[in-house]
Amino acid sequence: MKLPVYMDNHSTTPCDPRVVTAMLPYFTEKFGNAASRNHAFGWEAEEAVDQARKHIARLLNADAKEIVFTSGATESDNLALKGVVEMYKEKGDHIITCSTEHRAIIDSAKSLEKRGIRVTYLPVDKTGRVDPDDVRNAITDKTILISIMLANNEIGTIHPVNAIGSIAKEKGVLFHCDATQGVGKIPVDVQAMGVDLMSFTAHKLYGPKGIGALYVRRKAPRVRLVPMIDGGGHERGMRSGTLPVPLVVGFGKAIELCAQEMSTESVRMQGLRDHLQDGIMGALEEVYLNGHPTERLPGNLNVSFAYVEGEALLMGVKEIALSSGSACTSATLEPSYVLRALGVGSDLAHSSIRFGLGRFTTREEVDYTIDRMVKAVNHLRAMSPLYEMAKEGVDLKSVQWAAH
Amino acid sequence: MAYSDKVIDHYNNPRNVGSFKKEEEGVGTGIVGAPECGDVMKLQIKVEQDTIVDARFKTFGCGSAIASSSLATEWLKGKTVHEAGGIKNTDIVQELNLPPVKIHCSVLAEDAIKAALNDYQKKAAHESETEKTATSAGA
Repeated sequence: MKLPVYMDNHSTTPCDPRVVTAMLPYFTEKFGNAASRNHAFGWEAEEAVDQARKHIARLLNADAKEIVFTSGATESDNLALKGVVEMYKEKGDHIITCSTEHRAIIDSAKSLEKRGIRVTYLPVDKTGRVDPDDVRNAITDKTILISIMLANNEIGTIHPVNAIGSIAKEKGVLFHCDATQGVGKIPVDVQAMGVDLMSFTAHKLYGPKGIGALYVRRKAPRVRLVPMIDGGGHERGMRSGTLPVPLVVGFGKAIELCAQEMSTESVRMQGLRDHLQDGIMGALEEVYLNGHPTERLPGNLNVSFAYVEGEALLMGVKEIALSSGSACTSATLEPSYVLRALGVGSDLAHSSIRFGLGRFTTREEVDYTIDRMVKAVNHLRAMSPLYEMAKEGVDLKSVQWAAH
Repeated sequence: MAYSDKVIDHYNNPRNVGSFKKEEEGVGTGIVGAPECGDVMKLQIKVEQDTIVDARFKTFGCGSAIASSSLATEWLKGKTVHEAGGIKNTDIVQELNLPPVKIHCSVLAEDAIKAALNDYQKKAAHESETEKTATSAGA
């Protein structure tokens, strides 16, 4: 087993070697501009882009013309929110989203608020799910867009998007879904979900960084957007700029592989994830699952280890790449807003660790992770005053802390 | 974030982890911080004839917080109560090469030292009060 072990696949994934192989010719001999309509170099590039677009559309049950390439999910989220609001602002000035969305959505919404748009941030339940009834109740005759993610990037909770999609349809409101963590991992069908716009990106599904897409529905309804980037009118005028053909090819290949392997891969990944969860929870007391017990991405495990601080824990397992909701790992010194939205106390939010398993995670790596985590938690609990107090029967909630 | 070798050493081999009985004579206890803030330090000193003969800590917090309190116990041992009051957070920052974002860990350690010293002095004053009362009652 090679160290360090990578357990942070929600952050990014390695490029699959098969993806890299597919991309390589498009850097050198097949370097044409896909928009060059009058020579063989351009035709070759255009053909490759069309192929990739088809693979992507097929996985989502969409039409190839509905795929707009962008630089990544952040751009797709920005384009969806800002482009829709700009296009439909005569119709209304209200959008609905949720408190646990990715920063690309939250910050885009905040930017729209400064421009006079009203935003409703729906709460989530303690497993991290939005209640479709809350969505229904928040819709007014001024609502032009609902944006709810498919699966959360920290806790992996999968939202009831199909139900939200049918409410949106019934009320005639556009529905955008940030499906960045879900595409390629779980089945995604834009028709069944009833989404009108959907963001996703290649580097979360074993493709290259620097390329993402926005699905934009063309029929029933035909969604229109004001572009954020003007230029040569590429991507049906919604996103100008020469297509990065090698990245597009890699994106297409990565999606093709996901389509072929998802059913077996997700079973294997969930098996490893459950093994990790059982291994950790079986060996340690007071480990709390953050998120939904079953409606969760197969490779996700987010837990809080009571009485130990997340960053200290990461320091104890530095041969394993992980992520923590601890304030100490963020620039703001605030613990994870996602965990706070679930009602997880600040103390347990500080103690949270996110494990992200992926295509290349092995059983041996999971066993190593269990062993190292258990040792590190025990090491830290032995020097934790909170653990000592809890063992003495002190109710930590009743203590008057000298907050600083 | 990269940690300094000294922080890593204190994290892996923390000095003087543990607890004294709070009621024990000559023991001063300081508990500072709050779980909601992600740091709680408990620091204890044992004083004999105005000299700190032993010290213990337990810390909930990041590696820098653990290292700051571990280092504090090392420095406290052998100092007089008066000398111990002179330990500054900036000394800890310098010794552990703490980056700016971790300075609050050293501040917390200084607060913990002060809290432990205060607790000791309060207890000592109270004990001598009781002694005096006991002596005068006996006379």
